[in-house]
Amino acid sequence: MIHDFENVLVASGISKFFPGAIALDKVDFTLRKGEVHALLGENGAGKSTLIKCMTGAYRRDGGSLTLDDSDIDPSDTLAAQRLGIGTVYQEVNLLPNLSVAENLFLGRQPRRFGIVDVRSMNRQARELLAQYGLMIDVTAQLDRFSVAVQQVIAIARAVDLSGKVLILDEPTASLDTQEVAMLFRIIRNLKERGLGIVFITHFLEQVYEISDRITVLRNGRLVGTRDTAELPRQGLIAMMLGRELAHAEEAAKERSTEAGAVKYRFEAYGKRGKVKPFDLEIRVGEVVGVAGLLGSGRTETAELLFGIETADSGKAEIDGKPVALNSPRAAIRQGFGFCPEDRKTDGIIGDLSIRENIALALQARRGWARPLSRSEQNALADQYIKALDIRTTDREKPIRLLSGGNQQKAILARWLATNPDFLILDEPTRGIDVGAHAEIIRLIEELCAKGMSLVVISSELEELVAYSSRVIVLRDREHIASLSGNSITASGIVDAIAAAEKKTEDA
Amino acid sequence: MSSSLKALAIRLAPQLIALVVILSLNFIMFPQFFNIVVQNDRLYGSLIDVLNRGAPVALLAIGMTLVIATKGIDLSVGAVIAICGAVAASSIVSGNSLAYTLVVTLAVGLLCGVWNGFLVAILNIQPIIATLVLMVAGRGIAQLITEGVIMTFNDPGLIFFGSGSFAYLPMPVVIWLLVGAIVILLVRRTALGMLVEAVGINRRASTLSGVRTPVLLMAVYMLSALCAAIAGIIVAADIKGADANNAGLWLELDAILAVVVGGNSLLGGRFSILGSLIGAMIIQAVNTGILLSGFPPEFNLIIKAIIILVILIIQSPALQSAAAFFSRKPAESAGMRVEQPK
Repeated sequence: MIHDFENVLVASGISKFFPGAIALDKVDFTLRKGEVHALLGENGAGKSTLIKCMTGAYRRDGGSLTLDDSDIDPSDTLAAQRLGIGTVYQEVNLLPNLSVAENLFLGRQPRRFGIVDVRSMNRQARELLAQYGLMIDVTAQLDRFSVAVQQVIAIARAVDLSGKVLILDEPTASLDTQEVAMLFRIIRNLKERGLGIVFITHFLEQVYEISDRITVLRNGRLVGTRDTAELPRQGLIAMMLGRELAHAEEAAKERSTEAGAVKYRFEAYGKRGKVKPFDLEIRVGEVVGVAGLLGSGRTETAELLFGIETADSGKAEIDGKPVALNSPRAAIRQGFGFCPEDRKTDGIIGDLSIRENIALALQARRGWARPLSRSEQNALADQYIKALDIRTTDREKPIRLLSGGNQQKAILARWLATNPDFLILDEPTRGIDVGAHAEIIRLIEELCAKGMSLVVISSELEELVAYSSRVIVLRDREHIASLSGNSITASGIVDAIAAAEKKTEDA
Repeated sequence: MSSSLKALAIRLAPQLIALVVILSLNFIMFPQFFNIVVQNDRLYGSLIDVLNRGAPVALLAIGMTLVIATKGIDLSVGAVIAICGAVAASSIVSGNSLAYTLVVTLAVGLLCGVWNGFLVAILNIQPIIATLVLMVAGRGIAQLITEGVIMTFNDPGLIFFGSGSFAYLPMPVVIWLLVGAIVILLVRRTALGMLVEAVGINRRASTLSGVRTPVLLMAVYMLSALCAAIAGIIVAADIKGADANNAGLWLELDAILAVVVGGNSLLGGRFSILGSLIGAMIIQAVNTGILLSGFPPEFNLIIKAIIILVILIIQSPALQSAAAFFSRKPAESAGMRVEQPK
């Protein structure tokens, strides 16, 4: 299939730093002519950062980029386009109120005597789209066509403009099966023409259907590049979720079985369109891990437990008594706490000080009329800054100036200050540096030992293996497996996810 | 305590400097500007006039500051002034007691706030649109109440709120100082201030932390309308009548301006009511100054716009960061200060 191994785009040692975080850490990526190269990784793995560094949307902080053996440093997406790197995004970035032909030739319309030559433009547009098997009225307004057709038009424009490298960022996210088939025909066609195609998706079936090679990123680092044919599905999931399996196996350690009585019981709990009904029991002093790929319903499960989404089926019980968890406030009243996955939008109050951020949940529970005095707030902040080792010059610093790990600790402190019985942590270690990572894991174990019940969602399998007494595995918004005792291993979790993958494929 | 006083002084320095500059300009144009005399147990003078004439905008600015702190805006306050002036006038004209009239007027004001709060907090309509509804409808409602005429009254009790005096100060000044002090104490001595700021900076994160955002938003719009109702009473009492068409006309814009000149961000979050009150006085000092200087009236609005533009440019983030750059100490420029707010 692969014509030759001539590289078209070579990125080596690409690094990108954001304040407080390393988004890309010396990542290598090579794209050959005439191949479809899948770029995979969970949220925050660095896929889009890498793409943006290659298309000039970001300036890289380190590493080199060569296109056809010559160094390039595109200053913006336009420059990258001119060099030959075209990008098509999930949400089509064309102009819906212009005609198809105008969209194809925007900024480079054929001219006659200085005036746009509409007839020639329409003719060229028809010819261009005919190459893609698309016979449509090019004078019609773009938004009259389906997303799939718009996608093809965007591809046609990008290829016509650039013609060496085509980057497709989740092009199939909103397409149905037939549309995907049509898109894949076009992609194969372009491949034959010698284009290098980068394909980003989180549908693994599609990866196996279309791609020649796979590169996996995790936490801003390169996990590896493999030929698709030689990488079994299990191996791929393992690459995406955890380090080498053999390495993780040893972490399956002796588990304490001294967890107390069942305290929280959810029966047939679910919400249509979010998570299918599930049963979940959580004991006093245990950590229940939640594993699954992106979009499997992990976060939705957490939002249901914390009352952000209201369940439309099933019931929740605490100590055998039914409770209604229909708002975060109701959940907090029951002693719940929730550290969300997206710290920036759901967690921190950026402009408020660390002190105020830590005091917020406790203050909200007490109500506005019973303020925590300044000295109480100071004591609270100082206590947790010390206990959780939040690195800051002082407690009055706006929290947005802290690094990701320290922000996470401050959010954790916000909940610990309310003295909760039950904590839900959604990706507590995402996007934070290695040191803070280890501290947060240690903290989870400490809290559990003190008798708190925790539900921890994580993409890091070894992490889950290390602290969970049970692991719930999710797939397609459904709780499909529950591992406990010695069956909690990284490979066990991967098997559970992959088994479900196969099952749906056979169906 | 002295450190928080110092922080306050730093926060309000630009506003205080602007106020001093405007007042000095007034003094240059009109040397008697600072003269104050006592007549009939009441202070008179241009300075007192600034405080007195600025009362409606100062009152509106108190409520507007909190609304803006929640990332909202309340365009309806001018119309609420008209409605409440009309309610007060028609109530007193139909022979109700003063106490009854005041209670009904403030209750109608609160009702306006409940309406705005309902649209913003419960229906999640964008504040600018939600309050635009009442801004447009409000004058119509006021006209219905006054039956299309300027409804005059001569109840001395009600008129007292416009032209009476207490402890040598005109009543409007006493009222806005009092309301300002009460609201400042209310938000800073309780947790309201912090919760309002939290909601304004990140509503979703606040809700997830257990803050009752809808209740808080509702309360803020109610307070804003209540302030407008009080201003409505003062405006009506001042002219001894309710003018549904002109009472409080465009005052919502002056109130927003006062909040911004007071150094508060329209993006919500951190707020200073004291800053807004100084802002209201700056605006009134400009108005009074132009009036006293004897410029042709058609220049007034243009001069006002220019002066405010200068104040806003001085406060603009671009100029502030440039100022910070040039006032850096050598040690800092040598790389000591790494962290810069984004």
